[in-house]
Parts: sequence; structure tokens; C-alpha cells
Amino acid sequence: MLDNGFPLATESNILKELIKPPTILRTVVNTITGSTNVGDQLPTGQLSVVPWRRTGVKYTNNEAYFDVIEEIDAIIDKSGSTITAEIQGVIDACVKLTGMPDLTLSFMNPRLLDDVSFHPCVRFKRWESERILSFIPPDGNFRLLSYHVSAQNLVAIPVYVKHNISFRDSSSLGRFEITVGPKQTMGKTIEGVTVTSQMPKGVLNMSLTPSQGTHTFDPVTKMLSWDVGKINPQKLPSLKGTMSLQAGASKPDENPTINLQFKIQQLAISGLKVNRLDMYGEKYKPF
Amino acid sequence: MTDSKYFTTTKKGEIFELKAELNSDKKEKKKEAVKKVIASMTVGKDVSALFPDVVNCMQTDNLELKKLVYLYLMNYAKSQPDMAIMAVNTFVKDCEDPNPLIRALAVRTMGCIRVDKITEYLCEPLRKCLKDEDPYVRKTAAVCVAKLHDINAQLVEDQGFLDTLKDLISDSNPMVVANAVAALSEIAESHPSSNLLDLNPQSINKLLTALNECTEWGQIFILDCLANYMPKDDREAQSICERVTPRLSHANSAVVLSAVKVLMKFMEMLSKDLDYYGTLLKKLAPPLVTLLSAEPELQYVALRNINLIVQKRPEILKHEMKVFFVKYNDPIYVKLEKLDIMIRLASQANIAQVLAELKEYATEVDVDFVRKAVRAIGRCAIKVEQSAERCVSTLLDLIQTKVNYVVQEAIVVIKDIFRKYPNKYESVIATLCENLDSLDEPEARAAMIWIVGEYAERIDNADELLESFLEGFHDESTQVQLQLLTAIVKLFLKKPTETQELVQQVLSLATQDSDNPDLRDRGYIYWRLLSTDPVAAKEVVLAEKPLISEETDLIEPTLLDELICYIGTLASVYHKPPSAFVEGGRGVVHKSLPPRTASSESAESPETAPTGAPPGEQPDVIPAQGDLLGDLLNLDLGPPVSGPPLATSSVQMGAVDLLGGGLDSLMGDEPEGIGGTNFVAPPTAAVPANLGAPIGSGLSDLFDLTSGVGTLSGSYVAPKAVWLPAMKAKGLEISGTFTRQVGSISMDLQLTNKALQVMTDFAIQFNRNSFGLAPAAPLQVHAPLSPNQTVEISLPLSTVGSVMKMEPLNNLQVAVKNNIDVFYFSTLYPLHILFVEDGKMDRQMFLATWKDIPNENEAQFQIRDCPLNAEAASSKLQSSNIFTVAKRNVEGQDMLYQSLKLTNGIWVLAELRIQPGNPSCTLSLKCRAPEVSQHVYQAYETILKN
Repeated sequence: MLDNGFPLATESNILKELIKPPTILRTVVNTITGSTNVGDQLPTGQLSVVPWRRTGVKYTNNEAYFDVIEEIDAIIDKSGSTITAEIQGVIDACVKLTGMPDLTLSFMNPRLLDDVSFHPCVRFKRWESERILSFIPPDGNFRLLSYHVSAQNLVAIPVYVKHNISFRDSSSLGRFEITVGPKQTMGKTIEGVTVTSQMPKGVLNMSLTPSQGTHTFDPVTKMLSWDVGKINPQKLPSLKGTMSLQAGASKPDENPTINLQFKIQQLAISGLKVNRLDMYGEKYKPF
Repeated sequence: MTDSKYFTTTKKGEIFELKAELNSDKKEKKKEAVKKVIASMTVGKDVSALFPDVVNCMQTDNLELKKLVYLYLMNYAKSQPDMAIMAVNTFVKDCEDPNPLIRALAVRTMGCIRVDKITEYLCEPLRKCLKDEDPYVRKTAAVCVAKLHDINAQLVEDQGFLDTLKDLISDSNPMVVANAVAALSEIAESHPSSNLLDLNPQSINKLLTALNECTEWGQIFILDCLANYMPKDDREAQSICERVTPRLSHANSAVVLSAVKVLMKFMEMLSKDLDYYGTLLKKLAPPLVTLLSAEPELQYVALRNINLIVQKRPEILKHEMKVFFVKYNDPIYVKLEKLDIMIRLASQANIAQVLAELKEYATEVDVDFVRKAVRAIGRCAIKVEQSAERCVSTLLDLIQTKVNYVVQEAIVVIKDIFRKYPNKYESVIATLCENLDSLDEPEARAAMIWIVGEYAERIDNADELLESFLEGFHDESTQVQLQLLTAIVKLFLKKPTETQELVQQVLSLATQDSDNPDLRDRGYIYWRLLSTDPVAAKEVVLAEKPLISEETDLIEPTLLDELICYIGTLASVYHKPPSAFVEGGRGVVHKSLPPRTASSESAESPETAPTGAPPGEQPDVIPAQGDLLGDLLNLDLGPPVSGPPLATSSVQMGAVDLLGGGLDSLMGDEPEGIGGTNFVAPPTAAVPANLGAPIGSGLSDLFDLTSGVGTLSGSYVAPKAVWLPAMKAKGLEISGTFTRQVGSISMDLQLTNKALQVMTDFAIQFNRNSFGLAPAAPLQVHAPLSPNQTVEISLPLSTVGSVMKMEPLNNLQVAVKNNIDVFYFSTLYPLHILFVEDGKMDRQMFLATWKDIPNENEAQFQIRDCPLNAEAASSKLQSSNIFTVAKRNVEGQDMLYQSLKLTNGIWVLAELRIQPGNPSCTLSLKCRAPEVSQHVYQAYETILKN
């Protein structure tokens, strides 16, 4: 909501109170009583010191979930050494707690985080002094904090790629072979692996056979993509085959870039660990 | 059948149906109908005909319906102002509703209805809402004041809303504070002259407290407002910085950027040796890096801002080079921007990494990016001298790839490297020549031709190479043609024997067969040079070239400082000041960084103004528009025709001018009081300089008490003040003062070039002024003024220029021209530079004149804190040409009777009463032109106090 170009309310909890999201129950009630989804009371939270939380929240099951999601952004050169690597992490929360709970979340190793940006609910002073996240959470889903771990704290990349791509001068065929394997995964499986690679313009087509998954090559954009899936450490997935090149043309100048994406469940690659979560201010026991 | 039926309203159709529904009794139906109306309005159908019917629905207790009607009103009230009045009553009633939501809604909607008639009725409800008990209503009302101000500024001021708004800054609720600040900032922006946001340490403290508690948008308003505040010392700046730093960890990137802006601005005031300065630098880096993890669009905005920050303070991000490494899947605009920042951060410490990266980029697919990467390698070579060797070898490797555009780009940058490090890397020329045939872009061809011409003596077949280019001379672009012409002339001068034919050929091609005037002119110049004096030609054409500078595409320092003040706005993304792209009056307020505090005066502070302008003496620069401009442009801006010795005829002219010009008005209503004898005194410029001591002393009578004590020392000279700040004059800063020495007035100027380019062709001109001051000689700046250079000039002035009464009397409007532009500023000159040396009046004459001037022309002033005795005061004043005619002692008080004469012949008589032991003295002035009294008093004060 804007007023004269100034943002008036952007907090979703308040907007939801002003105009209630339609639910089946509410539609039924509205048709019977003739009331509407438009709230006619001023949202209480709007002016309080905790504008993000509405009052009168009630749940029968009190629960709170926190997801630590980390993304590694790394550039690795062709010999396998890391040029830059950094970790962008976020903690997303889903809090369904009655009343006005006051939570504290502490980490085993908070010094790991280089730069953090918080949801406004987090008390910054306590973080500065004690490295503890203390906050009255908004109701529902929200992003508690996002952080950044830079390359200074050496990031161990959990996968490796073995590649053997060669073009030969004066030959219209090139060899292509890549293998993906796990490395330092702490016993977790690597899932959702996809490999994409931009091939040089001189490549006309590719005939490849994957040991697992499916692959496609778009001869117009020269984009090779290979959907690998899970990596089985006993039998490493590989993609082998030949490339047909423009006949007579010289060897392409540019080297193909291999872009690898993957997921590992239940592993925070930075080593960030949550120590404990405490709740104050309310009498009931969560969970 | 008549045609009149076409003009009767149809009783059918959508509008008619809606009308019927709107007037229905059923609430549900009414609401449905209004919804339909709003829907039609939204898609652009004209439903204004339904205005009265919709307004009728306004009186309802159903909030949803009310909101819909308000929405309709906002849209159509303007087209139906008379009807809109009908709604006023309901608005006023709603403003007193017990539900704060409705009160706020009513006042918000009223503000959005831009109808004059309604605004009158808005005042009362708005006043109430500004004092409402509910903070939600107060904060809505605060915004409403800004809206109302936009419609009718006068009304808002008359009603005193601005003061109420200022009071809201001290409100207990942070949200109200934030909105009040936002509203005030907006009003202040559209009225730059009003100092609405007159912040003091107390209100700053309140803002800082509110900052921690309000919403993210509120934080942005408060931070932006803080950025406009000028802390009084570095302590205060530091304490504000300390309280702003936590905002750097906010999740909203706009809050982070605003906080960065405040910190960057206040850091200016912190001393560099301070521990806190270092801490702050460290704290600024991580949030900037984190901004780069957002979406590409946000990244781009962040990068544009970082680009500015890096130019201002490279030390912040010097260790963060790696985050600017380009990712494969970055969009091209992010890639290019990152590349730019990488080069700015490149230094000896990280050059190896940077080069390795750049080399990699040069093999990418995207042509634009590759080109920029190759260019970047060249810039690294120029910037980091130690790396030049490596850069050149990298470039050679790239040339070996034979990729057409890479080779071309590499040749262009190698040319620059040759300019920077002459006679160092000529060994690579052979490799370059191998690629001659593949060049097809004009820039690359021109660069290659330049190289061949420049090093013709080392290239065996230079003539053949150039000849090959000459074949298609007329198909080349101008750039190449010009280069080719120059290169062949160079070749001829180096190897005259073998290339005579070639040079003939190119000269005739350029002069006879070309349509391009530039080419033809250059051809003729070379031709004539060669034909008249080949030795001179050699000196001219093969002259040593200046080395090129390290950083070529830096933003000018003054612009950079201004842009730093606009971090987080569009200006910082465009890298242009808001005045360049915002139309109308808004946003033209120039912002500037605070000056560095004296404590931090270190060797490397080019941003410090060379002369500290005393506070409160801000020169006002004349806006370059309107009639003033015309007035000044009438004056010839070329150097004045005559030198210092002004002919008598011109003195005559001046005198005539003085009589006929604006002096009538200066003299006020007593034209007959001006004695002819007093008046024809020649202007000072005609007084022979060697007279030195006051002429009056020659006629000295018995009462002369101070026989020329210290007269040769000249009058008091004020310290130089900045008259034209660099920001307003494209980098030219002018400071100066006025002096009077032995009969001649001069203006001592100090010109500083704060721009990046050389300034030449200076000229100065004055607008007509009260005393006919005009430059007596052209402005002599002998050498071009190179960047960061300062030159001091003394400009002699005469008082024979044309006369026009100015307001204030001693105002002087000046135009200064250089090769860049014409700049205007105005300054106030102290009146005592106009006191002439023969200003001593005979005692009898003094008495007679004193009696003759009517009493209402007498002005009395107090000069405080001036513990001088009569002797000291008298001698001090005499050195500034104020002469003591007589001295008396009455009841323990010393009375000095003094006279002085202005260059235009006006006499001023003074009585100075000094009481021994009392630091303040009384000055009575009598003059036929009472306007000057005030200024004479000011002159007395400055002379006595210095």
C-alpha cells in the first residue's frame, strides 16, 4: 500500500489483517452474515514496536520450523583448483506459536558468519554482544536472516568433475567425456545434479551416451544439458561420446564452461550448527 | 422524424443500468454496483456521469463500500469539482469517526482530491487529525500536509501546518516521526530555499532513536534526512555514524544503501588517523559484498553505487577483489559493471589474479564482453606499472589466437600502452604488423597506422604498409584518414629520401579529393609546414608527446562528491546529477560533502578547499539564466581593449557616465546638495600611482595630527574567501579578496582547477555596479591551468566602468570565462577600497559641511569590542584613507572628527567617540548619500578590528 508515493504497509501480516485472505470457511461465513473480507478495525500491530506480528494469534499445535539453506557459489578452473567460492545462506522459518513468544536461537559457531542481514524482528544489540538471535517472530513463514561466508573460511566443494574434452585440428570429430563424483559429503547423498555446458560455435552436433540420467543438446544455442539425478558413489555417472565439428574449420578458441548444480539435504556446507532454541514469554510448551 | 432524438439521453445501456442499481435500497446490490463502476473506471471507461449517484453511497457504515467510493472520488473529483463539494460534509464527519481507520482513510482521501475548493474545507479536519490521539491518524495526516503543500503551498504556510509538522518530529511514535520527516523532506525538496529541516543535535537525537524502531521505509526516510545534516564537528559525526552502523545489517537493501550514504558522507569529517575511521571502513565492506548476492537487477544497482564508492574510497573494498569476478551466468550488464570495478580495484597486490581472470574473459563467447576485457588488460598495464610487462605478454597471447575482434581490440590498447611507456615494448611491433590484414574496424586500423607512423624508423617496410592503406583512402573513415595522413608525414620526416612520392600522394588526396574540412585543413597545414620549413615541421610533427594519464574514465571529483550524496537514488545509477534528468524545480538542490575537519588535514586531501571559507560567507552564484545573463552577455567577454594606462578621455567618459548614470538614484532626493566641486574629483585610476601618500597631507594644516603615519602600508586586506565553488563552475574554483594599495584598487584572485581537464583562455568581466568598478587590464593567466593547479593573479581595477545602483550597494557581479564555459558569481566588496587618498577635508570646510548636511542624514552606529585609544584608531584608519581632521576631548571622551572620500566623489564625514576604558565606541556618520553610511560603518568595523 502506498500513500503519496510513500510506502504505507508492506508487512504481509498487517496486509492480511486489513484484507483477510479468502478461505472456504470465511466465504461461507460471509455469505451467511453478510460481512466481508475487508477488516474494519485498525490492525493492532501496525503501530506497536513489533509491527510484524499481529495480536491474538492462536494455534492448537504450537510449532516452529527453521530451515538452514546454503548455496555455494564457486568458480573452479580447469585443473580443479578453486578460484573463488562463497556461501550465501539463509535461515527461513515457519513459526506457528500462540500469543507473543520471545525466541532465542543460538549457534555453536556464530563467528563463522561474515556478514549477516536480519529480519527487523531480530534484536541487533544482543547479536552484537552475545552472538545470539533474540526475536519475537512474525506469524507464519518469514526469512529470519541471510548471511554470507566468504572464501577466507575455506569452503570445501562437495563434488568434483573430471573432464576430458578435446578438439583436434583438421578433424571433424572431437572427444567429450565428463564424470561427476562426490567429495567430502559427510556421508550424505548428492541429489538433483544437473550439468549444463555451453559448447563452442564450431560444434555441430554431439552423440553422447550417459551412464545415467538424460541429456539433450540444442544445436542452435549449442547448449548441452545433462540431468543426472542422484550420484551413486559406487558407480559414478559419466557422459561420453563424440562431437561433430564444422569440417575444415580450425580448432575453436573458446573453452566450454561446465555449469554444475546439485543439492545435498541436511548438510550445511559452511558447518553452521544451531545450538538450541528457547522460548520465553508464553506458558505453553512448544512441540 | 426530427433529428432531435439524437440529443435526448438514452434510457438504456450500461450507465443507465448502473445508475438504477446504485440507487437501489439493497445494500448488497449497491455494493455490487459500485464495484462494477470501479471496474469500468479501472479499464478506462468514462463513468463520471454517475458521480452524484456514487457520492450518495458514501454515507454508509460499511467500510468496504466507503473505500470503494473514496477510490472513485479520487479519480473523478477533479472533473466534477462542483459536485465534489457534496462529499465534503461526509469527509468532515468521517474525520471525527470513533474508528481511527476511518479517520485516517478520510483525511488521506481528502488529500488526494486535488480540487481547490475542497482543500479549503480540508484545513480544519487536518488540523484535528494532526493532533489526533491515535498515532495511525497522525502519521497519515503528516503525509497529507505534504500533499496539500503540493496543491497550495501558501495555504499550508498560512495555516501553520509546517510548524505542526515540525513538532511531529518529536512525536512519541517512531512511525509518526518517520512520516513527518518524509513529508518535510518532500516539501523542502520542492522549496529549496526554505530551511524546513533545520536540524539540531536534539532533533537528530530523536531521529536516531526513532530510526531503531520504525519500519524499513521509515528508516530510509530518516537516513536520507540524516544525510542532509551537517554535524558541527567530528565528534558528533562519529556518534551519528556509530548509531547508524547497525542499519548496515538490515535485510532491505535500500536501507543498507541509505546507511552507506550517511556513513560515506560523515566519514568525510572523520580524521583518517582515528581508530574509528578504520573500523568504519572495515564495517562498510561486508554489506556491500552481500548486496551482490541479490537478483541481477539489484546487483546492477549495487554495482553502480559501488563504482562510485570505490572511486571515492578504494580502501573499503581493496581486499574484496574476488567478489567482483564475473560469473558465467551473470547478465551482460552485470558483467561489464563488474569488470569496471575490477580495474578500479586493481593494484600491485592483486594484479596477477586480475590478469588471469581477464585473460579467461577474453576467451568468452560474448563479443562486447570480450572487447571490454581486452581493453581492461590494457588499462591494467597503464594503471599498475609493475604489471605492464605481463599485460603486454598477455595481449600478445591474445593476438596469437587470431580471433578477429580480440586482435583489433588488443591493438587499440597496445597503442595506449606505447603512449604510456614509450621505447619499452617496441619489440612487439613485428607481431602487430603480421595482423595488419585482419583489421577491419576503423579504430583498430587507426591505432595500427598510428603505431606504424610513430615507429616508422624501426619498421623496415613502413612505407609499403602505409601505401597499402592508401589504396582505399577514400573508403576509409575520417579517423583512419586523419591518422594515415599524419603517419605518412611522420614517415616522410623520418625517411625523407624514399617517401617523397608517398607524401605527395597523400597530401593531394587529403587536400584536393576530400570533402572533409578537417582532413583538408590538416592536409594544408602539413603541406605548408613542409614547404616552408622542414626543420620546423619536424619539431612540430615529431614533438615529444605528453604521457597519458593513469585513469582515464574517472568521474570528475566534484561530480563524484555530489553523486556520493545521492547514493541509493537514480542519480547514482545513472552517474548523473539529478538536475540532469529531473525536469522542473525538484531535485536541483546541489548537495555537497561536508568539508574535512581541520584535524584531518593530511597530505592527501585534494578535496579540501585551499582557502577555508569562513562560515556564513557563502558566495551566491548568479543563476545562469534570465535577464541577468542577457545583461552580462552584452559586455564583451573578450579581453578588454585598453591596458592599464587609461587615457584622459576615458576618464572624462567615466565622469560623464557618473553624472548621467545610476548616481541620481544613489544620491537620493537631494540632487542640489551635491557640490560641483566635490564631485568632479577624478577617479582613482587617474591618480598617479607615485603620489602614494594622501594628497591631503600636502595641504595639511595645523590640525593635522597624524602626518602620514603608516600610509604606505596600504589599507586593510580581508582574507581570501571562496567566491565560486568548483561544483558550480565545472571544476573551476575562484577565491579572492580586494586590496587597495597606493592609489590603485586590485582584485586578488586565486584560480584552482579541480576538474580533470586543462583550462585555458581565461577572461573576466564585471556587470555594471554602483561605483563603476571594472577590470583595468585583461585577466592574465599565462600558462594553461592543469588539473589540481592553482594560480594567483592580481587584477587591477578601475572605477570608470558604467554605473548602475546595485542592491546591496557593494554588490559586484562577475563573469569569468574559460575554454569550458562562462560562469557567473557575485561578491560583496568592502567599501574601504574605494576611499581615496585625497579624502582629507579642510577643517573649516568640515564644519561647514557638517552643518550643511541635514540631521536626518546622520546615522549612528556602535562599534563593539574595540579597545583602541584615539591615537591608535586614528593611525589605523588613516592607513585605510580615513583622515582625522580634528580631535577634541569632551568630558573624558576622545572625539575624532574624520573625513573620507569615495572614488565617485562622495564625501563622508564621521565623528568617532572613544571612551577610554570602554571597549565600544560610537560612530556618527553624515553623508549626502545616506545609503553608503551602513557600508562605511562596516568598513570602519573591519579596519578597527583588524
